[in-house]
Amino acid sequence: MFLTDTDIQAILLTLRLAAVTTVILFFVGTPIAWWLSRTRSRWKGPIGAVVALPLVLPPSVLGFYLLVTMGPNGPVGQLTQALGIGLLPFTFWGLVVGSVFYSMPFMVQPVQNAFEAIGERPLEAAATLRASPLDRFFTVALPLALPGFITAGILSFAHTVGEFGVVLMIGGNIPGVTRVASVQIYDYVEALEYGNAHRLAAVLLTFSFLVLLALYAWRPQQRKL
Amino acid sequence: MTTLDVRFRVDWPGFTLDVDESLPARGVTALFGHSGSGKTTLLRCIAGLEHAAEGRLRFNGETWQDADTWVPTHQRPIGYVFQEASLFPHLSVLGNLRYGQRRSAAPPPGERRFSLEHAIELLGIGHLLKRKPGALSGGERQRVGIARALAVNPRILLMDEPLASLDLKRKQEILPYLERLHDELAIPVLYVSHAPDEVARLADHLVVMEGGRALASGPLNDTLARLDLPIRLGEDAGVVLDGIVAERDEHWHLLRVQCGGASLWVRDTGVGVGDHVRVRILARDISIAHQPVTGTSILNALHAKVVSLGDDSHPALSLVKLCVDGADDDEGAPVLARVTRRSADQLALAPGMTVWIQIKAVALL
Repeated sequence: MFLTDTDIQAILLTLRLAAVTTVILFFVGTPIAWWLSRTRSRWKGPIGAVVALPLVLPPSVLGFYLLVTMGPNGPVGQLTQALGIGLLPFTFWGLVVGSVFYSMPFMVQPVQNAFEAIGERPLEAAATLRASPLDRFFTVALPLALPGFITAGILSFAHTVGEFGVVLMIGGNIPGVTRVASVQIYDYVEALEYGNAHRLAAVLLTFSFLVLLALYAWRPQQRKL
Repeated sequence: MTTLDVRFRVDWPGFTLDVDESLPARGVTALFGHSGSGKTTLLRCIAGLEHAAEGRLRFNGETWQDADTWVPTHQRPIGYVFQEASLFPHLSVLGNLRYGQRRSAAPPPGERRFSLEHAIELLGIGHLLKRKPGALSGGERQRVGIARALAVNPRILLMDEPLASLDLKRKQEILPYLERLHDELAIPVLYVSHAPDEVARLADHLVVMEGGRALASGPLNDTLARLDLPIRLGEDAGVVLDGIVAERDEHWHLLRVQCGGASLWVRDTGVGVGDHVRVRILARDISIAHQPVTGTSILNALHAKVVSLGDDSHPALSLVKLCVDGADDDEGAPVLARVTRRSADQLALAPGMTVWIQIKAVALL
């Protein structure tokens, strides 16, 4: 077999993490993107900067803060313990929380750009056609921003697949729970098993390339809309 | 009489809108002015797309805005036509038409609903229903935009320069449809425009806007014939008269249009005898003489009485307001003539004097 069982397990875990993270990001990122695209508040700058932080922040820094916050003495850790959920670090859901923060800009920015590109006019037209604000959002803003959502979904998914530093900080390396593909490669290299590392790395490389290829090949079509 | 009472004050950097008018809620009211005059802002305030901090808006006694009331746009019984149609690109033409129609309330009992079919028929867009807006020409898009606004069964139609983004050919394509609206619709229309020819063709009531204020407001003929406004119209200064086609001269391809006491010959455009028409006479096309002029190519010469004289934009020119009915007051059909001040002085023009006017061109609208 080309890949070992632990490889397959790591890949499936990676895909599951990326899928769950992307779905959550659609729900969390969309309102933030909408707010950022419409607000004239002075908080637009600071909030936008916080959302974009993971783009430049070393993942280990993000992971460190998340670890502290979600740890036994952190505010989030105490809350999750009080709720009976236990502690999030070194669990799958801890990874999900970390990934949501880590991939947030890849969801928010394309969607925000798509919302901004719509402009006020179609929403005003919808208002004169008796559509309430919520109605306008779902029947005009969302369909018109659809290309942005597709881009955002693909980028968020792919970016989560490529996550490493945050995972290592808050997830560690537990097979089947937190050992994602990138960590598995790291393990192989640590153990000097370059052949195994090559195979898995090639899978990830091919995946990333195909994702971006799909995105770039699809983009010219969206302009025709 | 049903009215639209508007009072708005908007203060933006470099722009102030300050309007307090009672507009007739019937026929077509044109908000006319140059860009930056505040006409579009006023329309947007009426639609609720702009929230004027200080404002009071009542339509047929129903308050849409005052200190304590704010009816949001989607709850106002309006139809709105934007300058660039603003169709939803993700919906077909039919989808666009149905968008508003589905969301609009049923009309009060006894009132007939303006059906989608009627809107489609009126704007001549039946063959476009399955297309996407991207596959339409500018003129077609605007016709769909108008039909979409009508399909919500509005109690007032607001139109923001619906022809401004179109070239002359497309404009000519849409104007007849707008005239049909004017003739067939029972609902009042507020029409924003900076084009005198559109106003002359469509409006019944004219509001002239400048610098965020309404300079004048009144029936079209009276307002156009005011001596203090034409300066702002420049070359387009002139009047519009309502008339009836009285006679057709088959041989010379001419029509005789009776406008009050005045009888005018115009080119035959194919309208029927007995039809109500509008003619437009520009001030620059009228000359004045003491006696009837003979041996002239000009067809239309009328007896008229000088009502008043006023200054024009250039010190060499003056505007003369005349009444062609020969009636004692200025209740008859008023016209404006633009003559040089030297000519006015030589002819010793003065209010009350009777003269002959020669009209070089009469446009049948």
